[in-house]
Amino acid sequence: MTLSEGTGLPAQSPPVEPAKTGHAPANGGQKRSWAGESGESVARNLVLVGVLVALIVIGAVTQPELYSDSTWVWNNIVSILQLASVVGVVTVGMTFVIIGGGIDLSVGAIVALAGVWCTTLATQSYGTVGMIFTALVVGVAVGLVNGVLISYGRLVPFIATLAMLVSARGLAAAISGKQTQISSNSFINSLASDRVLGVPLLVYILAVVAVAGWVLLNRTTFGRRTVAVGGNPEAARLAGIDVKLHTMLLYGLSGLCCGIAAIMLTSQATSAQAAMGNLYELDAIAAAIIGGTLLSGGRGTIVGSILGVLIFATITNLFAINGLSTEAQNMVKGGIIVAAVLVQQFRFKSLTRFFARNRATTAG
Amino acid sequence: MSTHAEPTGVEPDVVLRLTDVVKTFPGVRALDGVQLEVRAGEVHCLLGQNGAGKSTLIKVLSGVHRPDAGTVEWLGEPVQFANPQAAMKAGIATIYQELDLVNDLSVGENVFLGHEPRRFGFVRRGTIADRTRQILGSLGHEEIPARRMVHALEPAGKQVVSMARALSQEARLLIMDEPSAVLAHDEVENLFRIIRRLTAQGIAVIYISHRLEEIREIGDRVTVLKDGRTTAENLSAAGTPTSELVSRMTGRTIEYVFPPRPEEPPQTAELLKVTNLSRAGEFRDVSLSVAAGEIVGIAGLVGSGRSELLETIYGARRSDTGTVELGGRKLRAGSVGAAVRAGMGMAPEERKSQALLLGEPIYRNMTLATFSGLARLGFTNAGRERAEADRIAGSLDLRPLDVRRAVGTLSGGNQQKVVVGRWLLGDTRLLLLDEPTRGVDVGARAELYRVIRRLASEGVGVLLVSSEVPEVLGLADRVLVMREGRVVREAPSHEIDEDTVLDLVMSGSLMEGTPA
Ligand SMILES: Nc1ncnc2c1ncn2[C@@H]1O[C@H](COP(=O)(O)OP(=O)(O)OP(=O)(O)O)[C@@H](O)[C@H]1O
Ligand SMILES: [Mg+2]
Repeated sequence: MTLSEGTGLPAQSPPVEPAKTGHAPANGGQKRSWAGESGESVARNLVLVGVLVALIVIGAVTQPELYSDSTWVWNNIVSILQLASVVGVVTVGMTFVIIGGGIDLSVGAIVALAGVWCTTLATQSYGTVGMIFTALVVGVAVGLVNGVLISYGRLVPFIATLAMLVSARGLAAAISGKQTQISSNSFINSLASDRVLGVPLLVYILAVVAVAGWVLLNRTTFGRRTVAVGGNPEAARLAGIDVKLHTMLLYGLSGLCCGIAAIMLTSQATSAQAAMGNLYELDAIAAAIIGGTLLSGGRGTIVGSILGVLIFATITNLFAINGLSTEAQNMVKGGIIVAAVLVQQFRFKSLTRFFARNRATTAG
Repeated sequence: MSTHAEPTGVEPDVVLRLTDVVKTFPGVRALDGVQLEVRAGEVHCLLGQNGAGKSTLIKVLSGVHRPDAGTVEWLGEPVQFANPQAAMKAGIATIYQELDLVNDLSVGENVFLGHEPRRFGFVRRGTIADRTRQILGSLGHEEIPARRMVHALEPAGKQVVSMARALSQEARLLIMDEPSAVLAHDEVENLFRIIRRLTAQGIAVIYISHRLEEIREIGDRVTVLKDGRTTAENLSAAGTPTSELVSRMTGRTIEYVFPPRPEEPPQTAELLKVTNLSRAGEFRDVSLSVAAGEIVGIAGLVGSGRSELLETIYGARRSDTGTVELGGRKLRAGSVGAAVRAGMGMAPEERKSQALLLGEPIYRNMTLATFSGLARLGFTNAGRERAEADRIAGSLDLRPLDVRRAVGTLSGGNQQKVVVGRWLLGDTRLLLLDEPTRGVDVGARAELYRVIRRLASEGVGVLLVSSEVPEVLGLADRVLVMREGRVVREAPSHEIDEDTVLDLVMSGSLMEGTPA
């Protein structure tokens, strides 16, 4: 719908080959490499890696003194990773929802609700397990409510999750009495502060979630259904896939990721409050889009989404070390989103062809 | 009868000439030296197997693709169309093989998409509606409302809209890529009437079809493509023997025959039992049965409720009244899941909107209904999926035979093979096939028939819907004829002939009026 690449209708439209991608006419039937999923997404992700490297180079060029200090560089990398970790987990869930043809605007609010709920005095009295359990259950439950409204209540995902955004934050404020709730659980607090091999535990959590997400998307029947449901819901239904059930589960999965993110964010701040996770929905959606996830569903990769998150975190860091304002930063981010979509539309055909040709020749 | 190019002494004007046109896609030479010459006022037919390059050729002509080499001369001038609009402006109108309408716009908006009549920058909706009505009227389809949303139309109706769009601008060449594939018998006659009227005005027509009878009836000259090359140019459509056309197309001879039926019809147990099934406005009180190992065909016009019936049996639509039993067990109404679990499979009518994930590889499309079964503990088994898909692709002569290729890069007929192939793997007990050979060439068609017959001999029941009466009569053991939502005749297929079926099917269509 909204931001999908190439919403511009061809004036006298030729056969728009992959129906879901709705491209402009000039590229007629050839926006897919014959290599299918691999060739194209590899090319795409390599470009993202290139962008990431370029951003780091810009950092080094603008702040040569800082970059001459290797401890500072290491610490800076760690802080970028730490910055990316919480949004990264949310983005993994978001990627699934978008590939499945939906959108989840309530992720930030779910993070807040789960964070607040798991840090009430009552919950904290149940200890670490109680807190973690609460955060996850709250996340999944709210996600499933979204899912039920969308699948069985037939609400548009945009509207259902927008409503959830408002009410979940409202509930979070009510539970916390608009107070900041301090976490006195040392295990949870240690997730952000403790390091293994010099890397904070939060980063490991992101790594585990990302790997699990990758496996789930690429190697399991759940992932296969996700692509089918998002790519062509009618075809999925006629092939015997329970589209409604699966859609509901996708929102549950997104909620689960929000629950995990809530624990991580609580750990970072050693507290929780109703305003936490503000605008995470935008960061997560933007990262997924930059990572090549098609807003209209049916296509996307976890690797791309994680690269998208890292690119955003690096930009934020770049602005911070150069002492620039967040306003400028937001404007640049907006520009990057637009650029990413444009680049995807125009550049990947040729790159993909290049890769496909190489494969064709090596394959004989 | 169309006028055949008699030598009149004067060379008729050539409007279009292609010389050595080449077009490559990654890993494929889709066009590899094509010659084509089209004259004003003629119907020039393009013949070729699935994947021969016909659609690619017309996309080169209509500005969708640009040729890598070779020349296109249009009205005597070499041209390169930058985009479809440029070709349209130059007077080349195209009806594509895959319907290219915008579902969420009205009929009129689709017809004038890209060249809306405007005043002061505002689209003149009234004018659009009026002119659309005019064009539809001239096509003999005034019953299609200009303001109706396109998604509410049947496939045949969409085809008419597509045609109206091509006619909405002054064209000197009209290209039609398998226009008859979604049309029923009487609609094809109507199409031919329109084509004759256009050619009488000096408009040239390029006509693509896999049905040789049609080419004989409407065509003047024929050009044959094989593997992207012109293998025969400007043959006479009426005079060239079928065997020659087929061998130019395929490089071999194919006897276009249906596999033999088993001598003794299998008197096995009843597999599917449908009792008094009804859906308001679509079909009423339909009762039928299919035995294990039996092929039952349903003939009828588009709009007679055949596809709706099939989808309702499959649970994709919820019946108002009546029951569906498979193997003695009643199925829950309106649940595809229940039908699939009970062992049903359905290849739907519209491959693009109802069956395929165009960006996904062929093998994943083939295993879309079976990948769970091949998986272990929720983990998919891509290796086995590819092996299974390879097997089916081989038996259906899929081209190119590489199941990792995205299905969207296949030619139309090859995509169709994927749709049907999906249900040939796995252990389906009852196969519902809706127009299974739409767009499939003669050779591959014979393969498909053989596969279906073999499945039946293994005990699978088949319920087949087809607009091609010879296909129903040739493949099925028993035939049902539907008209206006009712089964009007049921007979073993050797007791009924094509004319009888057509009479039964048509007699209703004299009473004008569209079933809701
Ligand atoms: N966008 C594309 N990318 C890659 N290959 C393509 C693409 N479009 C077509 N091809 C390939 O080009 C060849 C010719 O395809 P084309 O669609 O022209 O066949 P066709 O003659 O129209 O067949 P059909 O009778 O099945 O419609 C096929 O091998 C097809 O796979
Ligand atoms: Mg074609």
